[in-house]
Amino acid sequence: MSDTKRFLYVNRKAPHGTIYALESLEVVLIGAAFEQDVSLAFLDDGVFQLIKKQATTGIGVKNFAPVYRALGDYDVKKIFVERESLEERGLSEDDLMEITHENDDEEDVSSVEIVDRARMAEIMAAQDVILSF
Amino acid sequence: MGYQWNGQEIAADEEGYLTDLSQWNPELALLIAEDEKVNMTDDHWEVVNFLREYYDEYQIAPAIRVLTKALKKKLGEEKSTNKYLYDLFPYGPAKQACKIAGLPKPTGCV
Repeated sequence: MSDTKRFLYVNRKAPHGTIYALESLEVVLIGAAFEQDVSLAFLDDGVFQLIKKQATTGIGVKNFAPVYRALGDYDVKKIFVERESLEERGLSEDDLMEITHENDDEEDVSSVEIVDRARMAEIMAAQDVILSF
Repeated sequence: MGYQWNGQEIAADEEGYLTDLSQWNPELALLIAEDEKVNMTDDHWEVVNFLREYYDEYQIAPAIRVLTKALKKKLGEEKSTNKYLYDLFPYGPAKQACKIAGLPKPTGCV
C-alpha cells in the first residue's frame, strides 16, 4: 500500500486510576486492522503499563496487562520505552513483561526497544500521526 | 437479553454476549449456539475451545484476522481459512464463535 502512514501512540499515564491506558490499547487494536505502520511509545508514568506480574484483584478492575502480549498477533511490532522514564522510577528493562512478535523467519523476537530521550524525540519527529494518551 | 439455563437467568448484553464470563459452561454454549442457529460439531468446538484458551492467556477475544493466523499455527492451513471458518459460523466466525465461547465481542471488530 502506497498511502501507509506512520502512526505513533504515546502512552504517558499509569495503567489504572484513569481510562487512558486501556483506551489507548483498544484504539491500537482496532487501528491495527487498517494496516498502517504502527509504533507505541511508553514514557513518564506510562512505563508502568508494561510492568510484569501486575495483579489488579485488590483494586477491583480488570487486569488488561496480558493484552499487550497479544500485540504481536495484531502486527504491532515496535514498542519503544524511554530509558530515562524507567530510571526515574527505579525500574529497568528486567521489570518489563516480554512482548514478542514473529519475524520473517517465524522466530519469536522481542518487540520492546529501550531508547533514550533524544532517540525518542527523533522517533516522534519521524511520524505522520501522533496520538497521545 | 439473557439465557434461561438450568432454572437460572444468565445475563447477556443486547447482542447476546454474556455479561459475566465466569457463568459460561459447555451446556450454556449449546444453548447460545442454538440461538445462533449453529449446530455444534467437533470442528465448531475446536474453534470455540481455541478462543477460550486465547482469552485465558491474553484477556482478549481476537479479531478474525488474528484468529485465522493463530489457528493456522495450531491446526494447520486447512482449518484456518476464512472459508472454513465461515462455513462453521456463517454470521462471522469471530463474532459468533466468541459469543458461543462466552467471550466479549472481539476487539477490532467494528
